[in-house]
Amino acid sequence: MDAAASRPWHVVLHAVLKSNKVRLFTYVPDRVLTPLIKIAHDDPDLLTLVATREEEALGIVTGAYMGGMLGVVAMQTSGFATIPNALASLAVPYQIPLLMIVSERGTLGEFNLGQAMVCRTMRPVLDALGIETHTITRLDELEFIADRSIQQAVMTQAPVALILSPLLTGGKVFRS
Amino acid sequence: MDTNTTAHHGNRKVMNRFDVTQRLVARLHKNEAVIGGIGNTNFDLWMAGQRPQNFYMLGSMGLACPIALGVALAQPGRGVVALEGDGSLLMQLSCLATIGTLKPKNLLILVMDNACYQITGSQPTATASNVDLVGVARASGLESSHWAADEPSFEHLVERCLAEPGPHLIAVRIDGKSATGSTERDPVAIRQRFMRGISTAA
Repeated sequence: MDAAASRPWHVVLHAVLKSNKVRLFTYVPDRVLTPLIKIAHDDPDLLTLVATREEEALGIVTGAYMGGMLGVVAMQTSGFATIPNALASLAVPYQIPLLMIVSERGTLGEFNLGQAMVCRTMRPVLDALGIETHTITRLDELEFIADRSIQQAVMTQAPVALILSPLLTGGKVFRS
Repeated sequence: MDTNTTAHHGNRKVMNRFDVTQRLVARLHKNEAVIGGIGNTNFDLWMAGQRPQNFYMLGSMGLACPIALGVALAQPGRGVVALEGDGSLLMQLSCLATIGTLKPKNLLILVMDNACYQITGSQPTATASNVDLVGVARASGLESSHWAADEPSFEHLVERCLAEPGPHLIAVRIDGKSATGSTERDPVAIRQRFMRGISTAA
């Protein structure tokens, strides 16, 4: 068994962030992201903070990058739907290597119609803005995709979206 | 139309944005970073002198304070100033909660309050009635939040806030005059110059 595949997704992703010198972890809370958020808070070398809105987090990460600190915005699908204006008027035209981690809701067993609807807007928006996007479904591909994508974002000064599929994370399921 | 007549202001003087911005810039002696919010706030910052430590937003209304917070977190040894209008701050008001929680010592927010969305036709903002942005900031954890009474009061507050640990917020009542010019429109040039401008120690 591959060594990476024996670790859970959040441990692999945290290690990739660290090896790529990510020092700022901003997020708006999400149930599926909870183990990643916890490991980020527990890491004394990572500045981890909760933002009140996703575009606020985007602004903080943009400022930090210009000041020499690489950061990530972690959010869920519905949160992504609040940031297209900030992407189109800040991150993309100013060429900011904005690292986005999106926990995907709205598919593969979604129980909330609103989440299912908003999920359908995400990839068209990313495509329209020409933002590099990868949907990660397999644990054995996570390290490669995340590591290479972050490197590319930094080297080409462009935002990137890593969408974490329920196939990877288990997603959020309805419990009656 | 000057909508800046709210009762809670008492005898506070209505000042001018460009004049106040010049007074701010004249007091930046340590290569402080300045993040200008969109519109007239930004335009008058540009006209007050194109310092390489200035960053000009061309969109993303409301994000001047979050961007300034990011710079402040990345460079705790440098003073960082966010310039915002009342309409812009109202759009992202919850950033005050984040800043009030994190309490970055090196951040100063300067709010130019003309009580209207001046650039879109001077429609009144919520500060034209009963919203006091200094009160909101204090209640959000920015204890050092102040209204400037007049120009000498503003200069004194700026000097104090740049010298003492923050976060700080200074609000200024301003008139309804348009900006004196406008910024360049090349986002990459703006970012690259700013990054070079803050790449050496403050």
